[in-house]
Amino acid sequence: MNDQDTPTTGTEVARGDHGDAVRLDDGHVVGTGGLPDRFTNPGLPAHHHRMADVDEAAARRAEKQVATLFGISIVGTLAFIVLYFLLDVEQTVFIPGVGYTSATNAGLGVCLALSMLGIGLGAVHWAKTLMPDHEVVEERHPMRASDAERAEVVRVITEEGGSSQVMRRPLIKYTLGGALGLFAVPLVLQVGGSLGEMPKKSLSLTWWNGGPSGPGEEPTFSPMRLMKDPENVPIKAADVTIGSVYHVMPEGLLPDEETGEGGAEHLLEEKAKAAVLLMRLDPAQIKSQKELDWGYEGIVAYSKICTHVGCPVGLYEQQTHHLLCPCHQSTFDVTQDCKVIFGPAKRPLPQLKITVDDEGYLVSAQPFREAVGPSFWERG
Amino acid sequence: MSTTAPDPRPADALREGDSAPATPPSAGARSIGGFAGWVDDRTGAAKPVGYLMKKVFPDHWSFMLGEIAMYSMIICLVTGAFLTFWYVPSAGHTVYDGSYVPLRGVEMSEAYASTLHISFDIKGGLIIRQIHHWAALMFTVAVVVHMFRVFFTGAFRKPRELNWVIGSVLALLAIIEGFAGYSLPDDLLSGTGIRAMAGFVQTAPVIGSYLVYGIFGGPFPGEMIIPRLYSAHVLLIPAVLVGLFTAHIGLVALQKHTQFPGPGRTNDNVVGYPVMPVYAAKAGGFFFIVFGVIALISALVQINPIWGYGPYDPSPVTAGSQPDWYMGFADGALRLLPGWLEFTFFGFTLSLNIALGALVLLPLVYMVLGVYPFVERFVTGDDREHHLLDRPRNAPVRTGIGMAGITAYTVFMFAAGNDIMAIKLGMSINDITWFFRIGLFVLPPIVFWVTKRTCLALQRRDRDQVLHGRESGTIIRTPDGRFFERHDTELPEDQWILVQHEAVHPLELEAETDEHGVARPAARKDRFRAALSRFYFADAVNPVTPAELAAAHHHGHETEAIEAPAGAAEIESAETAGRH
Repeated sequence: MNDQDTPTTGTEVARGDHGDAVRLDDGHVVGTGGLPDRFTNPGLPAHHHRMADVDEAAARRAEKQVATLFGISIVGTLAFIVLYFLLDVEQTVFIPGVGYTSATNAGLGVCLALSMLGIGLGAVHWAKTLMPDHEVVEERHPMRASDAERAEVVRVITEEGGSSQVMRRPLIKYTLGGALGLFAVPLVLQVGGSLGEMPKKSLSLTWWNGGPSGPGEEPTFSPMRLMKDPENVPIKAADVTIGSVYHVMPEGLLPDEETGEGGAEHLLEEKAKAAVLLMRLDPAQIKSQKELDWGYEGIVAYSKICTHVGCPVGLYEQQTHHLLCPCHQSTFDVTQDCKVIFGPAKRPLPQLKITVDDEGYLVSAQPFREAVGPSFWERG
Repeated sequence: MSTTAPDPRPADALREGDSAPATPPSAGARSIGGFAGWVDDRTGAAKPVGYLMKKVFPDHWSFMLGEIAMYSMIICLVTGAFLTFWYVPSAGHTVYDGSYVPLRGVEMSEAYASTLHISFDIKGGLIIRQIHHWAALMFTVAVVVHMFRVFFTGAFRKPRELNWVIGSVLALLAIIEGFAGYSLPDDLLSGTGIRAMAGFVQTAPVIGSYLVYGIFGGPFPGEMIIPRLYSAHVLLIPAVLVGLFTAHIGLVALQKHTQFPGPGRTNDNVVGYPVMPVYAAKAGGFFFIVFGVIALISALVQINPIWGYGPYDPSPVTAGSQPDWYMGFADGALRLLPGWLEFTFFGFTLSLNIALGALVLLPLVYMVLGVYPFVERFVTGDDREHHLLDRPRNAPVRTGIGMAGITAYTVFMFAAGNDIMAIKLGMSINDITWFFRIGLFVLPPIVFWVTKRTCLALQRRDRDQVLHGRESGTIIRTPDGRFFERHDTELPEDQWILVQHEAVHPLELEAETDEHGVARPAARKDRFRAALSRFYFADAVNPVTPAELAAAHHHGHETEAIEAPAGAAEIESAETAGRH
């Protein structure tokens, strides 16, 4: 198609503003005759024979390769069976690059892999080398059915369906609609109504309110000792040195360390709300008067349950007095009444007002004044 | 069979052009025919089975991504069924006395104890558990990458929009199924995940506290969540997943697979290999390859060592707690959303800092995905069936949108690792979080722009290659001493791929008033559509047309240093003739 073949090319091409040359980024140049708008599909390329198609030796080689791969699979399967009976479940094995690992896991897994890969690679190699590689052309047909068939469906729905007289008898139409609309209600009600207890006030209560705080409970407050978690022993104010941090549960929540008796009936549920962190700071560093007032000589207690989504705020930075939640990195400043200084949480950690009893042990002076943990609509 | 019938009816006779088998059927063929005949007598299955066995599937490596997803799902179903034989879906308390010494005597749930039992006391139990977890990860990865392939090649266009929607639902179900699954061991890590989930649900506006008590059957954690997640994980979600998957693959068979453009491939045909035997061997073999690779990974790479974390307890937590990768984007969103999105008014609390990331983002992502084909259909107004795939460069705006979406997703996902990055890179977690917060808004537009420009540049290069012709490497000297290089001027077969796509133009805006001066009611919608169409196609680079190629050969190329003089072919042919 050079200029010898088409002597009048220049007249066929609409001239743009750039002289005669066709710019590469110019989009379409409209042909005015002679040439088609698009190139024509050249059709399937010529078929190239594979080695195995023309050379019987190559084909035999491929056959042997496939058979070897299938053979590897058989070996892998047999090895799996042998190892299953040979290995003890507690045995470990050292694998370079992996380290010490379960012998059954590594051994059985590798054998299983050989068993599978042998079959898979063998089958694919067989298909690629020996099975026919002539591409087959299948015609497509439009997805839509013929107009007559579509019209027939519409006709059946309107006419045959209409012969039920549903449109002519509104009483049936509306009662059927009502019945079908309602029949699922009992099923939904059964599931929805029986899922479990509703919260009542329990999201706003903790064990610090005076004991069990589940739905329907009405605990009355009395001062409780702060107990070390998990040792379950009370904490003397004098033993809390500056910079130290204690994981704390309220008195009576944890079962007795020795006998395993006592403690909350719903242990995990109560722990999930009552967990407290106890820290001692130099009172001069505390910038909030309320924090000082609710603490005891620089000893302060805060809820350990993050106000974001409720993970335990487990990381305390002694130097900066920051508490960090490991789940989503909300950061609370203990010197500023646990205000959020970074991260996705909005509210400060609730403070537990504490004091000391006659024996010098730390006790709660009042329950939490707000709901601990994540926000909810009616928490206020 | 017609050959043995005493009096063949016309319908049984060979059609014109058919030839009778040269040899009588072998004993093997007769026995297969005998059994198949027995089945066919009772089911009439010969027709559909025969059709399926001859069905043609086009070949391309990227078509195997969906296969990987399918096979990983099957592996999950098989290994998952095994695990149910030993796993105890109960939060009931027990004291561990199995063979893992560090946890002996520790109080834990039966769920955790039975997971330890599978890992340490059931021979081969650990490998099955590891295969199950790795296959689930492979499944979710393959689903996502398969979606990329379908999106960037425009395979979602008519008639496949429905299947794209089904696929989007499948992708969402896959990650919910994954979450339910990795929550079952009830170790400290999975329990922390459930704790966060309870927090998300609790922040749902108005009904949150009732919803969370409903799901957990009372206060968190309760004893109901493990059996309920188990029921969802092994029964409810798999049932829907398998049902929709069947519809998904059924539609693929019904609509026939799309194919990449190429010589001989048109919108009206499928070029490939028949199921019997080639595709059956390749696809069947590929199942074993996927299974084998997952088994190998599971044998050598440990996943989720639940014994390292101890039983769930709401008070302790491990640093670096993270969900499996596919939940990472939602977790990352939670880390990025600032706290000031929580509002309090009239005594009610609205926690958008949590609800947006945990409750809105997840369905929103999959809704946007599901809706995209209909948006593009609105923009192009194209109502034809498309069975030939687009090369991603030939749809620069779509490719740009896809890459921008992937970028936003990736920012969210990496944000879920901000603590790990801070430790490994020795950087401030605050800086990293701010980088992601800003990046979420800045990076997608940049990536969109870069991707679009790259696509346009690649398209121009395609045009250049076609217009320039193939360099023959032959330099020809004319009798008067001029030199020029000969370029092949026919479009070579291997360049068909560069010109096969359709030219596109922005929609023209029709007059807003009709010939009587009356405003057309649809004018506003049309303006919107025309604006979108300009956004998509205003700077489209269209394929070379035959006229352009002819013109390019006629005029030479502006950038060509040595231009072919008029009559080059004559000179050339004269030269050639002279040589021989």
